[in-house]
Amino acid sequence: MNTTYKLLPPKPKNTKKQVTTWLTVIVSIALIIWSCTGIDFGGIKATAGQIAGAIISGIFHPDWSYVYNGSGEDLVSQLWETLCIAFLGTFISAIISLPFAFWAAHTRHKKWYSSRSGKIVLAIIRSFPEIILALMFIKAVGPGSAAGVLALGFHSVGMLAKLFSEAIENLEEGPNEAVTSVGGSKVNVIMFSIMPNLMPALISNTLYRFDVSIRSASILGLVGAGGIGYPLIIALQYRQWNRVGIILLGIIVMVVIVDWISGQIRKRLV
Amino acid sequence: MSKTEQDLLNLPKKKFNYMNLVWLIVIVGGLFVSINETNTHLSVLFANFSQFTDIFVQMCHPDWSYSSTVIPLLLETIKMAILGTVIGSVVAFIYSLLIARNIVKNKAVTGVLRVIMNIIRTIPDLLLGAIFVAIVGIGPVAGILALSVFTFGVVVKLFYEAIETIDPGPIEALTAVGANKLQVIHFAVLPQIMTYFISYVLYAFEINVRASTVLGYLGAGGIGLYLQQTLQVFSYDKTGTIIIFIIIAVVLIDYVSSKSREALMR
Amino acid sequence: MADSVKPIIELKKVSKIYDNGTVGLKDIDLTINKGEFVVIVGLSGAGKSTLLRSINRLHDISEGEILIDGKSITKAKGKALRLIRRDIGMIFQSFNLVKRSSVLRNVLTGRVAYYPTWKTTFNLFTKEDKQKAYEALQQVGLADKVYARADELSGGQQQRVAIARVLAQDPKIILADEPTASLDPQTSLRVMEDLKMLNEKYGMTVVANLHSVELAKQFGQRVIGIRAGQVVYDGEMSNTSEAVFTNIYNGGNGSEAEDE
Repeated sequence: MNTTYKLLPPKPKNTKKQVTTWLTVIVSIALIIWSCTGIDFGGIKATAGQIAGAIISGIFHPDWSYVYNGSGEDLVSQLWETLCIAFLGTFISAIISLPFAFWAAHTRHKKWYSSRSGKIVLAIIRSFPEIILALMFIKAVGPGSAAGVLALGFHSVGMLAKLFSEAIENLEEGPNEAVTSVGGSKVNVIMFSIMPNLMPALISNTLYRFDVSIRSASILGLVGAGGIGYPLIIALQYRQWNRVGIILLGIIVMVVIVDWISGQIRKRLV
Repeated sequence: MSKTEQDLLNLPKKKFNYMNLVWLIVIVGGLFVSINETNTHLSVLFANFSQFTDIFVQMCHPDWSYSSTVIPLLLETIKMAILGTVIGSVVAFIYSLLIARNIVKNKAVTGVLRVIMNIIRTIPDLLLGAIFVAIVGIGPVAGILALSVFTFGVVVKLFYEAIETIDPGPIEALTAVGANKLQVIHFAVLPQIMTYFISYVLYAFEINVRASTVLGYLGAGGIGLYLQQTLQVFSYDKTGTIIIFIIIAVVLIDYVSSKSREALMR
Repeated sequence: MADSVKPIIELKKVSKIYDNGTVGLKDIDLTINKGEFVVIVGLSGAGKSTLLRSINRLHDISEGEILIDGKSITKAKGKALRLIRRDIGMIFQSFNLVKRSSVLRNVLTGRVAYYPTWKTTFNLFTKEDKQKAYEALQQVGLADKVYARADELSGGQQQRVAIARVLAQDPKIILADEPTASLDPQTSLRVMEDLKMLNEKYGMTVVANLHSVELAKQFGQRVIGIRAGQVVYDGEMSNTSEAVFTNIYNGGNGSEAEDE
């Protein structure tokens, strides 16, 4: 080596950053290992593969007699009921969400504790398990889709009002000032400036929530709150794997169609 | 306007917007039909509202002595959520690379894999729980599997979209120096997307913590089983204890996770 | 013009200190008479906007009192405050139209303080008011856009809709906060012409913040110079020399003596 190039300098050290990175990695790995402890991995049924196969074959060999027979207990009627639960639940929650959203929105006319308290209430509503809410409503109005509608209507408020309040926070102040400056009252400001500016966000978020509600509505039946979940859990209990398959197929088709339609509408909005 | 001398025209009639009418009919009609179909009448709710508030009031007087039972169960539930998230994310990581069109050029492969992904994404988490309980039997394994599949659906969609929006320059550069596919991914793709991936995994973890708390209701392990049992014997004070612990855990994990996501993206 | 000496806006020892301690306005005494066309000039951040927004109380002042046509807006509350504001139109730098509403609805907004709230909520404007709004649009040359959505219009057109909104409001005073700052020179001229029309034809008192000295010289009758929240010059435009503008914009280095 005759050439006199300088040697590669050692990599500059950023000790603090390195330590945090390594700590994060170690803590994460420790958490994962900890998670593996104490969980009973045994007890998997020997027939697992067979059952999975039966369900999948059910998707490909649907029980057509169940799809539609006019009895009201068939797949199409149950899916329709699920759709109605989701629609009404979303509608109710959209209406309840509006006042909550104004409460939780952090705008410069409000004291910080006002919006903070609203945000906390919404976080609690969001964390309250939907199924428990459904069970409570079942006690109140009896088993059936009405309980599902109410559970969905109240539970969705947590998420929907959060999205709404974020939309309110992102509004520009100018148009509101204009209405105030001509002598408009607070209600005038809301009706003439905030609502029209908010509309696209309201519709788009509500549609998004409808997508989520469709999925929720198909679960609620598992605890007896109406919709497709109920025949599904019955079919699972009675080991009617063909029927499980066709119900799953029905849910998948319904969700795909609803997602597609709401996606199209939201695209038009922007 | 008496002051103006100009001959001011009259206001023309507004053109009728048919789309608005269509929307109105869809919404009002939808409401009418769904109220009918689901038999939701507010009168029933108000008539029985006292029962609802009764349960609620009982839940608000939680049985604190029950917390010694609740805490270990809650930890087991969180373990389920962690394992489900890890397994689902690992699969989603590889799968995303296979369906990103800027990495795998074969349209047939990406197309088929995407259809499968989209189908899996449509199935709600608890439904997965119910199905896995039927397949593998009652226990936490069913819950972990359900959460894994669900995590897969959440992460894969976000992640492959992130991969497709990366800067194509480095990929070209690496290909130009003669790197193979794995080297391209390692040196050109991963550095650009790792933070996104971690952020999506954390997001999925937040959802999984919520879902895992009720999975037990269907027999898929964790605290949910006790939710069902206490509800069945009408000991709402115990149910209340469980719910309060769930809410605290969920809010705490949400907070930590969303803060770390913000820190990551900075 | 005998009644032109009647004061319509009176500021008495007005000060404004923001929550973070910044001084917005400092001890301002000012009287503006009916029918005047006043331009306020000064550097950005000097307090021009704060002054204007204090007049219709979009900003609350910390000390002093402001009288509008003899009534105190500082002490007014609720409905009384809204009725005073009804007599004060405002034009904004960013137009502040509700972009997703129709032009007509934006202009009708100018009329809301003439109705009880529940009526406006259900959109129950009288036929006369709708016609009035349409006539206002004709005056600014935008009659054909009456049912267009506001965001379909260009910036200059949007500012003219804002002027039509003020016209429909039928106020005694117009506050214009940098009305031309987001417009090109030609559109700016058109907007200033419209303001001048409101001043001359309807006798409305105009108070305008202007960034451009050119426009200020062309349209103002009276000039008020603001620096660091204080009035540093007040006089007729015809008596105002170039040196005064230089002084207002460059800070008080030396030549202050010739102002007072």
